Amino acid sequence: MEYVKLSGFRLDGRRPTEMRHIHAEVGAVANADGSASFEMGNTKVIAAVYGPKEVENKGQQIGNKALVRCEYSMANFSTGDRARRPKGDRRSTELSLVIRQTMEACILTHLMPRSQIDIYVQVLQADGGTRSACINAATLALADAGIPMCDLVTSCAAGYLNSTPLLDLNYLEDSAGGPDVTVGLLSKLDKVTLLQMDAKLPLDIFENVMQLAIEGCKAIANLIRQVLLENTKKLEYLRGT
Amino acid sequence: MLQSKSFMKMTRHGRAVKVVREHYLRDDIYCGVQYCKVCDTKDARLGSSESTILVVDTNVILHQIDLLENPAMDDVVVLDVVMEEVKNKNLSVYNRLKALCTSSQRKFFIFYNEYHKDTYVKQMVGETSNDRNDRAIRVATQWYQNHLAGSSRVLLITNDRENKRKAIEEGLSAETVESYVKSLGQPGLLDLVVVSSSEDVNVMEVEETRPSKRKAIYSEHKPMSEITHGLHRGIYHQGKLRVNRYNPFEAYVGSESIGDEIIIYGRSNMNRAFDGDIVAVELLPQDQWHDVKKLSIEDEGKDEEEGVHLVPGSADDAPRGTVPSAVPSETMNSTSCRPSGKVIGIIKRNWQSYCGSLEPMSMPAGDGGVAYALFISKDRRIPKIRIQTRQLGNLLNKRIIVAVDSWDCLSRYPSGHYVRTIGNIGDKKTEDEVILIENDINSRPFSMQVLACLPPLPWNLSPEDLMNPNRVDLRHVRVFSVDPPGCTDIDDALHCTSLSNGNFEVGVHIADVTNFVHPETPLDKEASQRGTSVYLVDRRIDMLPKPLTEDICSLRSDVERLAFSVIWEITPQAEITSTRYTKSVIKSCAALSYVEAQARMDDSRLMDPLTTDLRNLNSLAKIMRQRRIERGALTLASAEVKFQIDTETHDPLDIGIYQIREANQMIEEFMLAANISVAEKILKHFPLCSLLRRHPSPTKDMLEPLLRITASIGLDLDVSSSKALADSLDHAVGEDPYFNKLIRILATRCMTQAVYFCSGDLSPQEFHHYGLAAPLYTHFTSPIRRYADVIVHRLLAAALGISKLPPVFLDRNQLTSVSDNLNYRHRNAQMASRASVELNTVIYFRKRPTDTEARIVKIRANGFIVFVPKFGIEGPVYLVKRGEKSDWLVDEANQRVTKAGSGVNYRVLQAVKIHMEVVEHQPNRPKLELTLI
Repeated sequence: MEYVKLSGFRLDGRRPTEMRHIHAEVGAVANADGSASFEMGNTKVIAAVYGPKEVENKGQQIGNKALVRCEYSMANFSTGDRARRPKGDRRSTELSLVIRQTMEACILTHLMPRSQIDIYVQVLQADGGTRSACINAATLALADAGIPMCDLVTSCAAGYLNSTPLLDLNYLEDSAGGPDVTVGLLSKLDKVTLLQMDAKLPLDIFENVMQLAIEGCKAIANLIRQVLLENTKKLEYLRGT
Repeated sequence: MLQSKSFMKMTRHGRAVKVVREHYLRDDIYCGVQYCKVCDTKDARLGSSESTILVVDTNVILHQIDLLENPAMDDVVVLDVVMEEVKNKNLSVYNRLKALCTSSQRKFFIFYNEYHKDTYVKQMVGETSNDRNDRAIRVATQWYQNHLAGSSRVLLITNDRENKRKAIEEGLSAETVESYVKSLGQPGLLDLVVVSSSEDVNVMEVEETRPSKRKAIYSEHKPMSEITHGLHRGIYHQGKLRVNRYNPFEAYVGSESIGDEIIIYGRSNMNRAFDGDIVAVELLPQDQWHDVKKLSIEDEGKDEEEGVHLVPGSADDAPRGTVPSAVPSETMNSTSCRPSGKVIGIIKRNWQSYCGSLEPMSMPAGDGGVAYALFISKDRRIPKIRIQTRQLGNLLNKRIIVAVDSWDCLSRYPSGHYVRTIGNIGDKKTEDEVILIENDINSRPFSMQVLACLPPLPWNLSPEDLMNPNRVDLRHVRVFSVDPPGCTDIDDALHCTSLSNGNFEVGVHIADVTNFVHPETPLDKEASQRGTSVYLVDRRIDMLPKPLTEDICSLRSDVERLAFSVIWEITPQAEITSTRYTKSVIKSCAALSYVEAQARMDDSRLMDPLTTDLRNLNSLAKIMRQRRIERGALTLASAEVKFQIDTETHDPLDIGIYQIREANQMIEEFMLAANISVAEKILKHFPLCSLLRRHPSPTKDMLEPLLRITASIGLDLDVSSSKALADSLDHAVGEDPYFNKLIRILATRCMTQAVYFCSGDLSPQEFHHYGLAAPLYTHFTSPIRRYADVIVHRLLAAALGISKLPPVFLDRNQLTSVSDNLNYRHRNAQMASRASVELNTVIYFRKRPTDTEARIVKIRANGFIVFVPKFGIEGPVYLVKRGEKSDWLVDEANQRVTKAGSGVNYRVLQAVKIHMEVVEHQPNRPKLELTLI
């Protein structure tokens, strides 16, 4: 199938290096200590963060740093067919782990020994790139909760179809079966905290695709910073100082 | 840049699922007109100010692609919505359209109206998607009109009346294809226009004066829904229709559901299907399986004559024997004969354009008017095609290309339209061109992009090549090449040195083409498309550009060249003790011809080192050959002919069987050994993605014709294995010396063709090469003229760690499609060479009627087929004149025809004297005819 047309348009009208429309908002769940919603095109994710708080299960307590837990779930209505999704299937367990590890890499856990941070991510609508969207939402929520972090982790995916590197695959492109490289990046430190791909790709092409994903991460980081800044300004205004 | 987004809903197969997709509309899509002041004109390609900008609709592209390909049609805007519709309806037209849009010579521009913020059209409630697309086309045309604001005319071309009416209502200018082409004032162009269905009615009315024409000749095709239903229930069978190359009234459908081939006899059972169409077939009742066949031979088979042609090289080229003819009469009605059926629907058409000429006819009274003519394709599998032309006088004696448009059940012949003229019939250049076109061979000069990939000339060995640690300097070794005389693309050379331990070091050096042809470059893509060089009698169509073929890669004498070498240590008993593969630098000391090499070996006075090397190699080769034959390799004979061509007129001067010398066999032996060694090496390193070559064992019914002949003369052939066959062929010695060769030639044509394949696609048992009796085989030794060898070179280089494996190998599907293409090209190249030899044979005999000896190879009711050993051709000899009743009786069991009431009889393999002469029954259509003397 043709995913990139002759003069380089993708099926949804984007060019290969363009991302989908991004919309991010802080404060989606009032109960939580920090929360955010993140949209990339039709992919819509909310994240809520609780903590740092006392460790619930004392057996899991770590003496010198905070315990980070993450739970990823997908709403039943998130895809076209309303299938019941059992909790804790392999895919969501894997995603929970990936998100937890990525977030742990930027949270300054040593500052909060013997405490626990819970991150809940839920996909409201899935259209490809949920992994990246979840990480971005979690970052925003963590920032909203005021949890100390060394940098903002942002994530973006890139794929390779019809011999063209493509940024931010949507569901249609994702199901083409080509490689899908997800990168998590600490943009200021320029460090990669997550790199996933489940296909084969020659090394030189892989480098191009990964570079494209990194560019995407940087663009998202700029956007997230702006959102946080505006949110802070708003809070400042509300406090009236 | 992202403007806005909207949502589209779709339902997918089976369940209705709501799919929401984003659709970005943008403002950075430009009109593509060069003089536009508003838009970015970087990629603009549409015309100058006074030209008319054409917007075409989908049906115009689908039906009039031949017209659009004519350079007279330019400044065409192809809308995205049209592209998509074309893609969904006809992929081959889509590919041609894509080629048009990317060609730098043409002014075709794709306007992405679906992504443009002003031209995107949302489907309205109650509007069909067809109507929506038509509206989208009109909106885009409107946009163009407003955008260009009168600086040039925008014209919508559509044959849809409704669409045209609406367009004119909306203030656009719209025209039909015909009226537009007429306004251009080029009468030749009008022939390219496919008559639209609305005007077809007129054609019918004209024909109504001959009432017999009006009745349905073919049965109606079943509707698609019924076909799918029938296929599911197993009443109908689906498969690709293949028409017998030698009898266009007989076709086969390979059906998976039945596990056997279904035979289809006669045009009415074929029901308008073309060769290569995917059809649905219904089986005929079993009692008709035989009658139908008899009927077809008597009724329709007669008006088709068999021409003289070359001896088929393998079973794939030969006409398939109709098996039931051998069945004795008492089992006639049993189920042993093959199922026959009739086509009830066509699932996918394989209509292409065909080469041929018009049936001779008298000029119609009114000159310059529209005339109907029948077109006869050179490919006999294709039925005659009815075309409409305004330039009949011009076309009558020309080779032309015609495309098929439709075939309804009321007309005996399909209707088509003229595409272009190749040249005069009988003109050698034209006929060569026809051969190339028929076999889909690209003989165009290489493009600039391809030539840009060549290293600068003159090429010399660079110090970097010598410094390369992967490259061994073998310039001091006495390397030489042996090739046919006049060979300019030398891709293999050899050396042979005696070692102190009594063994020999033998090296095969192959031109290092991959050093110059890098993967994914335009050069590589072009070569992979061409697949192989094509050798016509007096012309060679190269796979790689000339500088590479004849200079940089050619291992000529006394120049330093890069090579890829396989070096063995071989004991005097011809056992290989070690094998080494390396890239190398060589300097050939002599480029010998087979004749020269043979003369050197035979001349006992010559004792120079080169001759000694040759003799050593020859003695090794003989042992290796013997061993190979003991393993069961077949020594098959072919009747390859060689022409001597006049250098001035390019007409053949002499013709004769190509002589095979010991020197040929010596070179062949080492090339085989190198190929096998390389095959082992690459398969070891890349078990899933190696390109190998296999030769499937012939099936029982492929050998059937051979067995029938040998049985009739009391010879028993054992075909249980290649070894058994080889042995019994050795024992088949008749009273005359040519007998054995004849049997071998007959055996050869029963074999299948060897094919390339990707090792991941088959299980290791299937890798076997039957003819060579080798478990593994590949092609490594001719990278200049075969692309398969280029791939194998890359694999070997990767296996040695010299270079990376190109990405194509990682994708098995891609590799499979590459190997399929190679098989296709290879086969076409062979067919083209054969056709070229046939053509030259006719030219040769045109001036030289000859008497010669021939052998009967097949018995027919009205004559027999003879094989002429001296010229390697085969053709029919008629005992009965056409139309007369035959008084000859065929005896199938003994393969013999006897004249009723007299003792005169002919049997198979018998030698007869024949007269060969070129006759012209019809003007401009010379034919070689064989008659008995």
